[in-house]
Amino acid sequence: MKIENFINENRPHESAIKHVSGQAHYTDDIPEPPGTLYGAIGWSKKSHAIIKKINLDEVIKSEGVIAVVTEDDIVGRNDVGPVFDGDPIFPKKAEYYGQPLYAVAATTTELARKAVLKAKISYKTLKPITTIQEALKKKSFVLKEKIIKKGEALKAIENSPYRLKGNFTTGSQEHFALEGQAAFVIPQEDNDFKVFSKTQHPSETQQIIAKMLNQKSNTITVETRRIGGSFGGTETQSFIFAAICTLLAKKTKRAVKLRIDRDDDIIITGKRHDFYSEYEVGFDELGVIKGLKLKLASRCGISPDLSGAINDRALLHIDNAYYLENVLLENYLCKTNTASNTAFRGFGGNQGMMAIENIIDHIATSLKKDSAEIRRRNFYQKKKKNITHYNMKIEDNIIQEIFDQLIKSSNYKSRMQNIKKFNSENKYIKKGIAMTPVKFGISFTTWHLNQAGALVHIYFNDGSVHVNTGAIEMGQGTYTKIAQLAANALGLPFNKIKVSATRTDKVPNTSASAASSTTDLNGAATLNAISKIKKNLSEYVKRKYKIKNSEGIYENGMVKFKGKIFKFNKLIKEAYLNRVSLSSSGFYATPKIHFDKKNFKGRPFLYFCYSAAVSEVIIDILTGENKILRADILHDAGRAINPAIEMGQIEGGFVQGAGWLGCEEVNWKTNGQITTHSPSTYKIPAVSDMPEKFNAEIFKKGKNIENVINKSKTTGEPPLMNAMSVFFAIKNAIASIRDYNINPKLDAPATPERILMSIKNLKKKYEK
Amino acid sequence: MAVINIEINGKKISKEVPDNILLSDFLRERLTLTGTHVGCDTSQCGACVVHLNGNSVKSCTTLVADCDGAKITTIEGLASNGKMHPVQEAFKKHHGLQCGFCTPGMVMSAVDLLEKKKNPSEQEIRDWLEGNICRCTGYQGIVAAVKDAASKM
Repeated sequence: MKIENFINENRPHESAIKHVSGQAHYTDDIPEPPGTLYGAIGWSKKSHAIIKKINLDEVIKSEGVIAVVTEDDIVGRNDVGPVFDGDPIFPKKAEYYGQPLYAVAATTTELARKAVLKAKISYKTLKPITTIQEALKKKSFVLKEKIIKKGEALKAIENSPYRLKGNFTTGSQEHFALEGQAAFVIPQEDNDFKVFSKTQHPSETQQIIAKMLNQKSNTITVETRRIGGSFGGTETQSFIFAAICTLLAKKTKRAVKLRIDRDDDIIITGKRHDFYSEYEVGFDELGVIKGLKLKLASRCGISPDLSGAINDRALLHIDNAYYLENVLLENYLCKTNTASNTAFRGFGGNQGMMAIENIIDHIATSLKKDSAEIRRRNFYQKKKKNITHYNMKIEDNIIQEIFDQLIKSSNYKSRMQNIKKFNSENKYIKKGIAMTPVKFGISFTTWHLNQAGALVHIYFNDGSVHVNTGAIEMGQGTYTKIAQLAANALGLPFNKIKVSATRTDKVPNTSASAASSTTDLNGAATLNAISKIKKNLSEYVKRKYKIKNSEGIYENGMVKFKGKIFKFNKLIKEAYLNRVSLSSSGFYATPKIHFDKKNFKGRPFLYFCYSAAVSEVIIDILTGENKILRADILHDAGRAINPAIEMGQIEGGFVQGAGWLGCEEVNWKTNGQITTHSPSTYKIPAVSDMPEKFNAEIFKKGKNIENVINKSKTTGEPPLMNAMSVFFAIKNAIASIRDYNINPKLDAPATPERILMSIKNLKKKYEK
Repeated sequence: MAVINIEINGKKISKEVPDNILLSDFLRERLTLTGTHVGCDTSQCGACVVHLNGNSVKSCTTLVADCDGAKITTIEGLASNGKMHPVQEAFKKHHGLQCGFCTPGMVMSAVDLLEKKKNPSEQEIRDWLEGNICRCTGYQGIVAAVKDAASKM
């Protein structure tokens, strides 16, 4: 890529035509070879129990059943845990309601699903732990607790003129990607398996299946062309389905497809961690935080899964955009008898950010000040107050500029006055407004995951280009953006580039498409591969035409060297005939980052994304019903490669976040049984829940100061946190009932029920 | 088992089917029309919407046996003579899709709306699409696409 040759091109998603005409294949759409069988999984009806006996006689006899698999069929590792063990494929002891116990392959999906219901299982029921509180009390943890210290928090709190205490909860969230869990496995010669999986992580799927079968990784190929949304839900939670599907294929020696029914999907798989926090904060008369003591506890479910990294990210984001001089953090990873909670867009960062935003909001109400002003006063600064609680110097801070621009463009101040007037004139309908910032760190906090590979071929006969990487296309547009980068680097039209299905036999040892870093990493690896091919070409041209020290400029289908211009296709053909390699792998490893997890110090992030949002809501204080009236967002996407695609992430992330903090509530009975297992009991934002006025904008002056492709910034996770403004706008509307004099106690999600409870408590407090 | 005669995407077919087979399974498994997606299995997400005698229905809760004599259009039958329907064009242009899984159902619902009502208001579009869930886009591009398509039909 020529220096300063930046892309800024609104281009439709590369599969748009296929999507609107039903031609795009997802895992369940892949044509099946003759004799393909269909799977279904039988799962535990107890959340904690010793399994005394599983009688599968009736299952085996059931119509259409060809094979049944249990723990006995696993010759290798009976676990799909990504980092630590703890996620058995088929367990000896049931640890959550919905845990897989056996599976069948039958001639149709319907017959398989009918068959699994016929098992007779005798359990010895044990007492489950189902809540964070219970787990804290019983010291039931999946990993060791963490204590993090910066400065002297307790002393600073004690010496502060103002102090507050409180607790706060953010809820879980079901991923509900429209495409549910699915796998399709075709046995090959030599006991090899070809696995199609709905996953964000083909490489780990490959390794887990290989370990389960006690075979080498080179006998398993995993392929994923696209997935129908995921949001973290198939970073690890897809493994068990791919593993079980492979077991069935191995046993029957036939192709097997396993598509999980939606209810089973929600029951079997883990979700977002709910977090409980207790805080003690000291601050001055301006509302500037002097010391913070915070206890963060999360519901991890039965196993570590990714909970360690998720809790780390929560701890790394309890500052959000605020400078904290004295901090004492305690973190507990609670083991409960519920499905193992997992990655979900934001990956704990958003939960940490909500904890601090709630504290800031509490400070503002206690000082009777506008919360946006208190937020601004606590921001990180550029020259001083720029070291995080994990000792990283923030070098790219633009939160002040974004906040100031948005406060003006959204007319925040005058709208707040209008809202106060409206509230004084209306008894039962109240409005609220809030403004929140976002600072979100980009890179995997697990250092070694920050690497990517790519494979690029140029075909000599027509100059068309084939690109393969470890990136998973899940709707975020990474294939489109990678193809744009490749086209730009080679000076070719977009339609000469084809990004093909992600496969473990083309690019090995990939990281999950996660942590918002997919295009940053895989795009850079692609450019690295292209630069190697360009080097081959330029060496050839120098040798053949005696040109000295000239790099080719690739533009408009032409390649220009000093004194010699080629048509791209002609150069490629000529190079081939002169035995020059037109294919290369590429590699990228994120520079600068390092993090000492033990001492919780270092530079875990290459850069930060910044954003801010203003939301205005209306609530009915007799029913708790509520609506977002208007949302204004200003988001930093650096130099966006494809602004239209980034805008889709910004809008979609906001709505998903508004669901997390608003209408989406996961519930369990006291016996550990999940009750919100279908869209009839779990409410995802629909089109009518959208803000009536929605003004999302990309920060025009945005530029990544680090050496990232196109100087862009990712938009994967950060937009979700803009929805924090919706939650605090609701809280602001509730506070208006008592003239903003009392801090309402409101936990997330702010469902109508929770809003009513909050109002009731507020009235009680007032009457005292 | 019953023999049913139906017209799918302009093609007449006659098939013997079990009494309990769902239209979504029939389309996907017997006719390999896999553009009709199954998202929730329970008639709530809208990914499986097709047209039955000109009305949008959720095919995951429609029995094929009830469709005898009917005309069915799926997402694969929307384009005519290789030319995309204005709603298809608009979804592409306005980025009314990301992962694409809800798109076929969303497009089929939108087409039904525009065939019944020429220039719907934004509120009418939002009310109509209430039964189609999208988890990716935040719906902005979808509403913009339907509005734009309305002006072209």
